[in-house]
Amino acid sequence: MTSELIPVSQSKPGLGWLKPWAPVIGGLLALVLSSILIILSGANPLEAYQVLVLGAFGGSRQITETILKATPLLLIALGLTIAFRARVWNIGAEGQYHIGALLGSIVALTLPNLPALLLIPLMLLAGIVGGLLWSGLAGLLHLKRGVNLIICTLMLNYIGILMVQYAARVPFRDPDGFLPESAKFVDAAQIPRLFSSRLHLGVLVALALVGVVYVLLWRSPLGFRLRAVGAKISVAHSLGINTSQHILTALLLSGALAGLAGVIEVSYTYTRLKQGISDGYGFTAILVALLGQMNPVGVLVSAVLFSGLVVGAQTLNVSLQIPAAVAGVLQALLVLGVLAGQAISQRDN
Amino acid sequence: MPWDQVFTLTFLVAILTAGIRLATPVLLAVLGEIITQRSGVMNLGLEGVMLMGGWAGFATTYYLEQSTGLTELSAWIGLGAGIVAGLLMGLLMAVLSITWRTDQVVAGITLVLLGQSLTTYLYRADPALAKARVTGIALRPIPGLSDIPVVGDILFNHSPVVYLSVALVFLCGFLLFRTNWGLQIRAVGENPAAVATSGLNVTRLRYLCTLIGSGMAGLGGAVLTVVQLNLFIEGVTAGRGWIAIAIVFFSRWNPGLALGGALLFGVADALQFRIQALGSEAIPYEFLLMLPYVLTLVVLLFGNARDQTPAALGIPYVKGNR
Repeated sequence: MTSELIPVSQSKPGLGWLKPWAPVIGGLLALVLSSILIILSGANPLEAYQVLVLGAFGGSRQITETILKATPLLLIALGLTIAFRARVWNIGAEGQYHIGALLGSIVALTLPNLPALLLIPLMLLAGIVGGLLWSGLAGLLHLKRGVNLIICTLMLNYIGILMVQYAARVPFRDPDGFLPESAKFVDAAQIPRLFSSRLHLGVLVALALVGVVYVLLWRSPLGFRLRAVGAKISVAHSLGINTSQHILTALLLSGALAGLAGVIEVSYTYTRLKQGISDGYGFTAILVALLGQMNPVGVLVSAVLFSGLVVGAQTLNVSLQIPAAVAGVLQALLVLGVLAGQAISQRDN
Repeated sequence: MPWDQVFTLTFLVAILTAGIRLATPVLLAVLGEIITQRSGVMNLGLEGVMLMGGWAGFATTYYLEQSTGLTELSAWIGLGAGIVAGLLMGLLMAVLSITWRTDQVVAGITLVLLGQSLTTYLYRADPALAKARVTGIALRPIPGLSDIPVVGDILFNHSPVVYLSVALVFLCGFLLFRTNWGLQIRAVGENPAAVATSGLNVTRLRYLCTLIGSGMAGLGGAVLTVVQLNLFIEGVTAGRGWIAIAIVFFSRWNPGLALGGALLFGVADALQFRIQALGSEAIPYEFLLMLPYVLTLVVLLFGNARDQTPAALGIPYVKGNR
């Protein structure tokens, strides 16, 4: 099937051969446009790109940082890949991520005496449950009451974010701290590192899920049914597939992964519950899934690319005084460029 | 909560006055988005559009004010710049979602990312903006009416942009429900194929409505930075673009109800500022901030939204497809 994120068209041969090159066209377009921006801020674009690439991938420290930042994006975008393939517009990953982080933190803060071997799995489970609850709530509103799914997931985003803000400020606030945040988690609540690196178990989980999602979507009956629902509801009906049930399944699976990403981030990166635990991951992951053509391996590549831009831009800021926000601009331009490339290659006269 | 501090007349007047003021930027974005969605395009990128409008409006006002010294004129021109920035973002949205038929969710989220990062970039790239303040537009009490006790203070002692926004509520309502053009807009959001059969240009109508909506959101952003805060900081809209989308659904695409929704948001927002300032915990301020989202869900839950949603909302139009 073709991806639902690309323009619907009755394409005729013509520029269709350009289609596989859409990401390349997009990348070039993004480079040209952002070069203008870099020149305007008084730097040499070639030098800037070199600094950017070296800052993201130039050494083991940089690569580690890029991988760490790519992990939540990858986890969420893999979940969204499942949802979007079933044509389920879950744009509530940001909220599901926050509720996952919240429930995971509650476990870490209320059961500090458990050994790591019990505490970590419980936290991860709580995070998944949080994501399930939040996406399930949206699913319930959508399927039982007919509320537009985009809107329910969207509304639940900010409710989730604000619940975390409240929880960190009032009930779980560290009474000895100055900031509206919880006390630091006990060491046992930190997801274990891999060997002596700064990478953690969550990275492995995310990588393993690339394969799992691929097998789920293309090698399992469930995946076939999900994609059938995504292809066309009427087709799914005629195949005897219960569409409501599969919409809910797709939603729950994507919510679970977003919740998992949330709990992993609070456990490892922030080690406490506080506001600002997401860099807009839930929204950015939508674009990561799109850029990765909703294909797990593609999603892996685009998550690393998006994260590399963010990490590299920090170096750019330090050495060339170019604002680090250039990373977001590059990401947006990249997506726009790819959409442009696809539109050109799929043009129906 | 120190209730005796709440139920004083001065406090209530202050809350309601501030509520109306805070509602204005959101109201502008909501009215525009109603027109856009009525034509069948869901622009989820309002947060990015408002930020661009807010930045362009503020930067223009600041530099004009610095060079000419004309404070109020600079502010009005700045508001114009906000509209222009909004229109540019709207053009991008229109090209993506109407011409290229990109999924509207993807197009909208891309707009948000672009608006957030580009304004942060531009703000950081120009160190002068961080310390910059503008004068804005002075309050214009309405002669006679503003002297009425209590009500005069709440309703008739505002900046001209507040009166303008209220006028736009009626204008939008009139346009959508009392003009032929409004009928075309609503028809194109319900059944574009039928509209096309009757010889109207679906693409042009949708372009126009997307541009109007984004222009108004850009204006809303500029009103926020130029008239209300007199400054720009990164992420200054703080989710108002998303709230605007919530209110569009809350109001069922109806400008009159949108006014109510925006006011409700404004008052809740004013109240949370006050409660934070008082350091009270009787109502945690986060719950007040959640209110627009929760209320929207509740309204959608108990109303039959399906009957009123423009039937073609979010669906790209392909010539010849029925």
